[in-house]
Amino acid sequence: MEKRIVYLDNNATTRVDDRVVKKMEIYFTKFYGNPSSLYDLGFEAKNAVEDARKKISKILNCSDQEIFFTGSGTESDNIAIKGVARRYQKKGKHIITSSIEHHAVLNSVEYLGKKEGFEYSLVKVDSDGIVDIDHLKSLIRPDTILISIMYANNETGAIQPIEEIGKIAREKGIYFHTDAVQAAGKLSLDVKKLNVDMLSLSGHKFHAPKGVGILYKRTGINPIPLFHGGHHEKNLRPSTENVPYMVGIAEALEIAYDEFEEHKKHIYKLKMMLKEGIEKNIDGLVLNTPKNSVFNTLNYSFKGIEGESILFSLNDFKISVSTGSACTSGSLEPSHVIMAMGREDSISHGSIRFSLSKYNTEEEIKYTIEKLKEVVERIRKISPYKV
Amino acid sequence: MYSKTVMEHFRNPHNYGKMENPDGFGRVGNPQCGDEMIIYIKVKDNVIVDVKFETFGCVAAIASSSITTDLIKGKTIEEALKITNKDVVNELGGLPAIKTHCSVLAEDGIKAAIEDYKKKKLKENNND
Ligand SMILES: Cc1ncc(COP(=O)(O)O)c(C=O)c1O
Ligand SMILES: [Zn+2]
Repeated sequence: MEKRIVYLDNNATTRVDDRVVKKMEIYFTKFYGNPSSLYDLGFEAKNAVEDARKKISKILNCSDQEIFFTGSGTESDNIAIKGVARRYQKKGKHIITSSIEHHAVLNSVEYLGKKEGFEYSLVKVDSDGIVDIDHLKSLIRPDTILISIMYANNETGAIQPIEEIGKIAREKGIYFHTDAVQAAGKLSLDVKKLNVDMLSLSGHKFHAPKGVGILYKRTGINPIPLFHGGHHEKNLRPSTENVPYMVGIAEALEIAYDEFEEHKKHIYKLKMMLKEGIEKNIDGLVLNTPKNSVFNTLNYSFKGIEGESILFSLNDFKISVSTGSACTSGSLEPSHVIMAMGREDSISHGSIRFSLSKYNTEEEIKYTIEKLKEVVERIRKISPYKV
Repeated sequence: MYSKTVMEHFRNPHNYGKMENPDGFGRVGNPQCGDEMIIYIKVKDNVIVDVKFETFGCVAAIASSSITTDLIKGKTIEEALKITNKDVVNELGGLPAIKTHCSVLAEDGIKAAIEDYKKKKLKENNND
């Protein structure tokens, strides 16, 4: 047991499913054609890409013409936000997003604000890390053209009221984008039900490779592309198609929703086991994950301890987790997400995220609880803050 | 990311814990920056005979605290005041650039503890 890695950082990235690797393989070595080429090798590749697109559109309940492949979740977010803001700026130059977004969204909006004359407002979240709808409504102005709110938060797992926000945006004629990167395989991605105009996904969060993303874009919305080149992806994202990865991301998404109930049951059970184990064995906790959260994510702060010291100590036991501590971020700022929830500084520095996947086992969770207890007790002895 | 020495000091820090009735006490850093350190010293005939620390902070802050207590133990007040964060980093076998501020905290900690000691001594002398 001691030697194997216990990987509890699945919101950072995931292991690629063997079935996905297998499915992709022939598109590297056998059907390696360029989908634009007019001979069989090209047709095979083209068919593979279009089949992948269809598979994805079924899960998102949209037309395959509304599915676009991109290079990552970050790229999908950038195309949606910068592309729509630039295209529709004549209508208005105000954007609304939340204080807990991923940097792919926050920094895109901030860039538009700093460099391209847009204005933006950040919606507050409550102490559970869920956006305040009334505050959002109060921020809407006649010149608001875009709202971007994430579906599930990467640090806390908190689920945001996307359906409701989508309804508000639609009534007001404002475009609505959601970063659903942390929702894939965990929540319904039915874009009709969610009332979204655009939705971003990233392959490596659901057992597909890194460096491939999806953007759902409702027909009729025309973001200005970030790149200019060939006609690929209807000019929205030119580049010769990454055929194996497109096949891979579709396969992974299909597996995630075919086996949804089974994985949900398994992972949620492990999450509850971890939660009960931590709460029974360790004092001085602050729970940063609300009840209404994705089933794989659990985030705690351990009073009196800074997060990085827990992370490195757990790594000594081959347990992988992540932290919102400033000292690991390079920015010297603690997690903006935990801070936005109104936690004290020392609590924000001490947050530890456990994010599970279908590959985790009960044995791993038991081992983690045992080691975590040891680690917290050890580091608390060094701390001036006593619990 | 961290040197072997840093990890050794982090895993088994030297001289940690609270000291009862220290001759000098320094508290530096703040929860906002994420690292906070207390240094306690006992002084006899101008020599630091005992030292302890308590730290809330990252791996680098805990390792810096630990090695600093080793560095100043047995030193005279004047010698201890000469120790800088560069010495701390060197003794640790280097720190990642973004972690330099964690070693500065250790230097500040020593200075604060010695200042406190001097203040207390001055008061005692005045009372004599
Ligand atoms: C919520 C969220 N959005 C966007 C991203 C960025 O995705 P990618 O790593 O594919 O660029 C991530 C993951 O890092 C994420 O968690
Ligand atoms: Zn630090």
